[in-house]
Amino acid sequence: MNFGHLDLNSTWFILIGVLFTGYAMLDGFDLGVGALHLFTKKDEERRLMLNAIGPVWDGNEVWLVTGGGALFAAFPDVYATVFSGFYLAFVLLLVALIFRGVAIEFRSKQPMRWWRQMWDVGFSCGSVLSSFLIGVAMGNIAWGIPIDARGEYAGTFWTLLQPYPVLLGITTVALFMMHGAIYALMKTEGALHDRLRGWINNCIIFFIICYAVTTMATLLYVPHMAARVRANPWLFSIVLVNMLAIANIPREIHHGRDGRAFVSSCLAMLALMGLFGLEMYPNLVLSNPLPANSLTIHNSASSQKTLGIMLTIALTGVPIVLAYTISIYWIFRGKVKLDKTSY
Amino acid sequence: MDVLTLSRIQFTLTISFHYIYPPLSIGLGVVLVLMEGLWLRTRNPLYHQLARFWTKVFALTFAMGVATGIVMEFEFGTNWATYSRYVGDVFGSALAAEGIFAFFLESGFLALLLFGWDKVGPKMHFFATCMVCLGAHFSAIWIVVANSFMQTPAGFHIVGEGLKARAEITDFWAMVFSPSSVDRLFHTLCGAWQAGAFLVVSVSAWYLLRRKHEAFARASLRVGLLVGLVASLLQLVSGHASAQGVAKNQPVKLAAFEGLYETTPNAPLTLFGWVDESGQRVFGPKIPGMLSFLAHNRASEPVTGLREAAPDARDRPPVNVTFQLFHLMVAIGFALIGIAALGCFYFWRGSLFTKRWLLWLLVFSVLGPQIANQAGWFAAEVGRQPWIVQGLLRTSAGLSAVVKANSVLAAMLLFSSVYVLLFAVFVYVLNDKIRHGPDDTDLHPSGKLALPERRKS
Repeated sequence: MNFGHLDLNSTWFILIGVLFTGYAMLDGFDLGVGALHLFTKKDEERRLMLNAIGPVWDGNEVWLVTGGGALFAAFPDVYATVFSGFYLAFVLLLVALIFRGVAIEFRSKQPMRWWRQMWDVGFSCGSVLSSFLIGVAMGNIAWGIPIDARGEYAGTFWTLLQPYPVLLGITTVALFMMHGAIYALMKTEGALHDRLRGWINNCIIFFIICYAVTTMATLLYVPHMAARVRANPWLFSIVLVNMLAIANIPREIHHGRDGRAFVSSCLAMLALMGLFGLEMYPNLVLSNPLPANSLTIHNSASSQKTLGIMLTIALTGVPIVLAYTISIYWIFRGKVKLDKTSY
Repeated sequence: MDVLTLSRIQFTLTISFHYIYPPLSIGLGVVLVLMEGLWLRTRNPLYHQLARFWTKVFALTFAMGVATGIVMEFEFGTNWATYSRYVGDVFGSALAAEGIFAFFLESGFLALLLFGWDKVGPKMHFFATCMVCLGAHFSAIWIVVANSFMQTPAGFHIVGEGLKARAEITDFWAMVFSPSSVDRLFHTLCGAWQAGAFLVVSVSAWYLLRRKHEAFARASLRVGLLVGLVASLLQLVSGHASAQGVAKNQPVKLAAFEGLYETTPNAPLTLFGWVDESGQRVFGPKIPGMLSFLAHNRASEPVTGLREAAPDARDRPPVNVTFQLFHLMVAIGFALIGIAALGCFYFWRGSLFTKRWLLWLLVFSVLGPQIANQAGWFAAEVGRQPWIVQGLLRTSAGLSAVVKANSVLAAMLLFSSVYVLLFAVFVYVLNDKIRHGPDDTDLHPSGKLALPERRKS
């Protein structure tokens, strides 16, 4: 396909943002359900939690895999620098994601108490650690990492654990927990549903505290992450949408409209990721302390030819993916019931 | 140990462990489509029971494949960053295409395959099974395309110089249909079909030996043996085509497969043996002229030896290792044809079920495709050394510049201990499923699947 004068580099910046936002909105609730998993005590309730995400978590994780693949193809230098630079952090993320995945599959295969407890812990810790590390990675990209003139990472594992990235890691855990709790609320009924309603308030409070602290820290210590909105006041509308969406969540929960609360939560994530993208653009990874070495959509991109081919692939594939993903969610709508195919 | 050795060991461990599962998913996918198709066609509830039981086994292999597969996609960036920068423009698009066309398809429809039995009608469920199977095949296509670029790069040019040099696509379809990709894809898929089919054969034969679930086991064995025989015979064809491609495009690798040092017409085929690398000789029984005939269809045609193809010894792969792996794969390939043919013959004669020795052979046949698949991939990858991208980039030059040996070692220890645990759990759960056997309640399809029957009453 010929895309004329379309700025392919910016298009791919947006598309990769879309993939990672899709990942946050979808696998975000899987990870959140995982983080809440150990708070449920009865075996049946744990099974309900697992089966709420059972049919969909696998497809949701594909958003991350495809996002990674798209990053590799569109901006290979970012993929190479970040993945080799964050080496141990990514190895931990992989181990966490492995445990999260296999625990769902294995847990209910055996009746023994120790067996189920082992996988419950694996599932929950894997989910919390994955969310945290994803947040830390985002925090580092925004805060800036030391990058040398060759475009290679010049820090160590401990450089990644600055207070700001750690704060973003905790905020991500809180966001996913709230998102997961709302999703679990949609999928459950009876006693578990009622208890989840109690937890959800705590989740919302936890998230709002984290959100406020992160926002303040960003404005004070990471001013470049607010520069574009400061320069273009009309962009403040996105901030407004974000705040209203968050404020709407407790309101909808109060009225028992779980579905709308979930949509609000998704909208809040969309606005957050949108702001993140707007402030980062055209950088993909900021270099700190030498901003000149930042990896941008121009100096780390693949050739125009490849970006064009990839866009053709995306335009062919993504509509089909969306069509059947939505159909599958529709087929599995409604409250979870345990049957013999359940986990 | 240095970063290079450690990174290579880490990649070997993670990819070999991963590669146990996707071939099983691909092969079982085909078996599931056949079983469910037979059920829809014949309405014989026995086939419904087959499909339900093998779906559970499929779910297990699929989960392991997903969990270990995500490591592979990240590992190019973590351990082979320079390689990633060099090939990202070409290799990355194949990986991204795999995500969009294959992974979404299989994991999306997997939900219906596993949990949709009572939620959708039989035809829709069958469609989902077909899509999962298709998705698994698509993923094989794109990953083999990506790997074939490393074997026989095509459709690209090199831009930049020195450390900034990288490969960029000039012709996408030339890259996709590189000289080796179609042969290698077919070869990989046949291996995957064998892996799935012989798992089915093995479990069914074990039930027959134990005189448990006999009706189930016979029906299962029939499907398994047929797929196994067809795949094993096709494997002979695809193996031959693949080897001819190697002879043409990667003469060093072919010479290493056969331990051939001197370019000779009438080149002999060594059946089995040992390569004396320092003396540059091969010991073992040989068929004169056979290698020339197989590689070029004419015994008089010379086959290029290592001394001519790679005059500098540093450009050669470890010859004896490559030789042994290749011969192991070929030997198992022929053995599997024999086993499947024998099984089919006695099944057709009706006397298979009383031949306990043959049933035992079938039980152990499950190891055949697994070992051959691993040995084949090892031969293909070790035989390409010292190159990571044939003729363009050396493996030693593809490493991450900033990753230290102790990090790689730590990661390797972590992955190995996790994988040992996972493998033990996988075997334990699989064994438990097999001991438990098919559910007799599956002989009576329930929910929406049962609608046609329900109307009668």
